[in-house]
Amino acid sequence: MPHNETVSAELAGTEPAGTEPGSVDPGGSAVPGRSSDLGDSGDAAETAPTEPSPPVAPDDFPPPTPKRRGPTSIEALALLLVFGLTARPGLVELFAAPAAQAWAARFVAVCVQAFPFLVLGTALSAAIAAFVPAGFFHRVVPKRTALAVPVAGIAGAVLPACECASVPVAGALVRRGVAPAAAFTFMLASPAINPIVVVSTLVAFPDDPRMVVARVTASLLAAVTIGWLWARLGRTEWLKAPAHRHHENGKWAAFWAAIRHDFLHAGGYLVIGAAIAAALNTLVPETWLAPIAEHPVLGVLALAVLAVLVSICSESDAFVAASLTQFSPTAKLAFMVVGPFVDVKLAAMQAGTFGRRFASRFAPAVFCTAVAASVLAGVVLL
Amino acid sequence: MRRDAQAVLLLLVGGGLIRLAWTGDYLDYVKPYAFWLILPAGAVLLVVAAVTAWGAWHERKDGHEDHGHDGHGEPKVAWLLLAPVVGMLLVAPPALGSYEAERTGTVVGAEAGRSSYPELPDDVDPVPLTLLDYAARSIFDDGLTMEGHRIQLRGFILYDGDEPQLARMVVSCCAADARPVKIGLDWEAAGARPELAADQWVEVVGVYTSRQGRDEINGELVPYIAVESVTGIPTPDNEYQ
Repeated sequence: MPHNETVSAELAGTEPAGTEPGSVDPGGSAVPGRSSDLGDSGDAAETAPTEPSPPVAPDDFPPPTPKRRGPTSIEALALLLVFGLTARPGLVELFAAPAAQAWAARFVAVCVQAFPFLVLGTALSAAIAAFVPAGFFHRVVPKRTALAVPVAGIAGAVLPACECASVPVAGALVRRGVAPAAAFTFMLASPAINPIVVVSTLVAFPDDPRMVVARVTASLLAAVTIGWLWARLGRTEWLKAPAHRHHENGKWAAFWAAIRHDFLHAGGYLVIGAAIAAALNTLVPETWLAPIAEHPVLGVLALAVLAVLVSICSESDAFVAASLTQFSPTAKLAFMVVGPFVDVKLAAMQAGTFGRRFASRFAPAVFCTAVAASVLAGVVLL
Repeated sequence: MRRDAQAVLLLLVGGGLIRLAWTGDYLDYVKPYAFWLILPAGAVLLVVAAVTAWGAWHERKDGHEDHGHDGHGEPKVAWLLLAPVVGMLLVAPPALGSYEAERTGTVVGAEAGRSSYPELPDDVDPVPLTLLDYAARSIFDDGLTMEGHRIQLRGFILYDGDEPQLARMVVSCCAADARPVKIGLDWEAAGARPELAADQWVEVVGVYTSRQGRDEINGELVPYIAVESVTGIPTPDNEYQ
């Protein structure tokens, strides 16, 4: 019976529980600061305000009987569906304008392309949470963080998926007690240096294998730098307390519960990122790029910013980079290094997995490091 | 969000993916190989939905009203997953076409590094080529391999000012990275220029010409084809290349 769970702080004792208001939330109630995520009134019943309570199992309270019974989420969902079906002609009309159609096509495309990798990533992270014994990573990952970081970076090569998959996996690693510095290095390195990405880069730059070498070197360098930076400067309280996992009956129950939760959670944030990326893709005209392509410094910065805005999957960004022929090789390299590290879609997902306070510090640091690493690699190797 | 609502949401997303794969509409958004990604992903989501629904039903049978406090208040952000479901199932936007192509520079520069241009077959007339292949052979190989061949190209019409061009969207991963490759149409051999509507799919038969233009958006070369005939064709299943 899945209700006799206890709340466990699994972040290996590093978390001063309750320091961040709203981060530790044992009662499962709405968080004041976050309830504005999405104006959803359908949750009134289960998010009945609970008084600040010591971290005890929710079942120690009597079941919170809703005083005023608002619509439950299943009813809200049914209403929305009925509305959606009846409003279909209106929707089609609304999306009749070519710009709106282009936006919708891109939005759906990013989602359809990303969902399979998100499913893979959440399945992996759920498997880590449910089946890998807690002590495993303590044995495998080097004790010293300074050493664990580069090991994690190289280990990133084994996850053959794009960045949508690596974020939930990194979340699961942190929950399993891996040092955050190492988990972040893994999260950054994996989508940039895995075999699929290396091959696609090779195909996109057939006559220029140095581009592949430069990409792997710069990505690994930047990922490891970020890991070390986090180990020195990072503060655990920037991280959202990891989701409290229940000890459901049996490992499989935990596995399915973790997939469900992670997919719904990360998927929601992915949708935000996809919507923004599709809008920027559609609205920012390419003509803005042409005048700065020639400039050595501005060109690099322009493509780095473009990588953040367009949020292309790391498996295909090499083809796009290759087609930006007016730009210098270093600028193209920056496009390919920055893209898997930080982009709109990714920042939204990281904010969802690790918290906004984390993402607002992490994203700029990662951007600067990635640009610096690509310039360095570009100067030395290209 | 209650468990049963989560189950419905997962069912919708998974079902939406499977429906895209089943109807072939996924080709409007992603590459053909993605079929083998979205089908299993959709199936996994359906299984998760089933397990979730079964758990919710079981709980209720045992007399436990689920008040959503499994997990830390299930994420409200999950409601946003309805947006792509609406997009996939209700709006179903068509593949990117001339509107996009007119705003994006031609992509042919990516082929600059190509080293070999195989000879075209002599026993086929006209020889079907992709737009990207034609453009690369024209620009980087001066059309040498196309001498003495009639070429057949298929693409949609877009307007550069009032001049119609032939274009096709090249997609490397999903439609978000779609970029057009454009071919100019030289009407001298054909005589009169027929009325062509933007986004109309056509089959052009013609021969190589050394005439070239420039794409105003990114300054890349746009090769021309000397048109012999233009025929309207139905929109292909896979509009991207």
